Amino acid sequence: MNMNDGNLTRSEASRLSRVDAINWNRLQDDKDLEVWNRLTSNFWLPEKVPLSNDIPSWNTLTEPERRLTIRVFTGLTLLDTIQSSVGAPMLMPDARTPHEEAVYANIAFMEAVHARSYSSIFSTLCTTPEVDDAFRWSEENATLQAKADLVLARYRAEDPLMRKVASVFLESFLFYSGFYLPMYWSSHAKLTNTADLIRLIIRDEAVHGYYIGYKFQQDMAEQTPERQAEVKAYAYDLMLALYENEVAYTESLYDEVGLTEDVKVFLHYNANKALMNLGFEGLFPQEVCHVAPTILAALSPGADENHDFFSGSGSSYVVGRTEATEDDDWAF
Amino acid sequence: MRGEGVERVPPELIYFSTRSGNTHRFIQKLDLPARRIPLERDAQALAATRPFVLVTPTYGGGGAKGAVPAPVIRFLNDPGNRELLMGVVAAGNTNFGAAYGMAGRIIAEKCKVPLLYRFELLGTDEDVTRVSKGVREFWTRQH
Repeated sequence: MNMNDGNLTRSEASRLSRVDAINWNRLQDDKDLEVWNRLTSNFWLPEKVPLSNDIPSWNTLTEPERRLTIRVFTGLTLLDTIQSSVGAPMLMPDARTPHEEAVYANIAFMEAVHARSYSSIFSTLCTTPEVDDAFRWSEENATLQAKADLVLARYRAEDPLMRKVASVFLESFLFYSGFYLPMYWSSHAKLTNTADLIRLIIRDEAVHGYYIGYKFQQDMAEQTPERQAEVKAYAYDLMLALYENEVAYTESLYDEVGLTEDVKVFLHYNANKALMNLGFEGLFPQEVCHVAPTILAALSPGADENHDFFSGSGSSYVVGRTEATEDDDWAF
Repeated sequence: MRGEGVERVPPELIYFSTRSGNTHRFIQKLDLPARRIPLERDAQALAATRPFVLVTPTYGGGGAKGAVPAPVIRFLNDPGNRELLMGVVAAGNTNFGAAYGMAGRIIAEKCKVPLLYRFELLGTDEDVTRVSKGVREFWTRQH
């Protein structure tokens, strides 16, 4: 499947070569099975989230707040559609193992579930004209279209490494100008069921970004130092271009409700995490990455708790002694 | 190593890192003596010989089940290793919600040691500074 045959690039070779039956009992990379198991055990559908419980809450939002929310979800729908139809399938010809291809098939399908789930939110909470208006907006909004173009250009170029870079940036960075809003509503006890659904999406995207970034790092390790430096420079350039556009996109959406600066902090924090998924250092200094504790708590309950034992008065902590542990105890 | 000669007993870290190497990279930045729990099931088991702090990733994206990596479980199933465990530092990702750094919480409760710190992915410079300084001070207090 992945022979590198003379003058053919790997993806050309892969497209031309025959297909062998996949054998999950012969793994070249344990990570493929680990991620496959994680993704399949996390499978979900929007029908399992009681979105209709959010109707009373939805009715408390002002008209600009409702419009903002629908537009944010429409923007997210576009990203999920891109990833399902183009992003994940485009990674398949570059796969290092047949199992990696299968993981991308799972990712492509789950992105379709994500895109579909926004329509479930719309049909539960919104009127048809409101939704039609938002889809029209998505086609006409220059910054939303620019972000799609920036990513799609890399997906269609003949550079497998940059395809993965763009894919990780979409999974781990571009979604977050949108994900901010349901976390914000949730921290104000609004649209909490919708937030539950979004958290399922966030969890999936985190595995996707981690896995594609891991495969990227394997590809990178095989390149010459010059090529590595080139790809790294391209990656930072693309991040900066996407960031600049995200700021404009964020302003066009959030200025009206006064949340732009807060969203930008969330963007910095997630841009650094996206770069880390590629094995690179963060770009934004810590001072501009301190996400509001309420948002962090909405994302990860307990994440705002002080788990920095070092800075507390740790000396008073009584260290108990151990108890017998068995494999079963760990519920592994 | 920078810490040696300052503390009478230099702290030791024992850590696990999967093939993705995130935790491994974090450890390398700490400038503390550290040994890695082997990935392969058939590898020679690592045995602690003196008190240590454990650093482990969390297998994220799920619940408690499967959060602690299997090689870490095997390592802690050895009573000799548990006896010398002083505390745990856990890596994770806030995108996994309540499961963020869950391996650390599970081990801390199970082994009755403090969860010292949590960090995300490769860790930031801030995380490196806090853990590097924190482990040294924690050690001084214990000895």
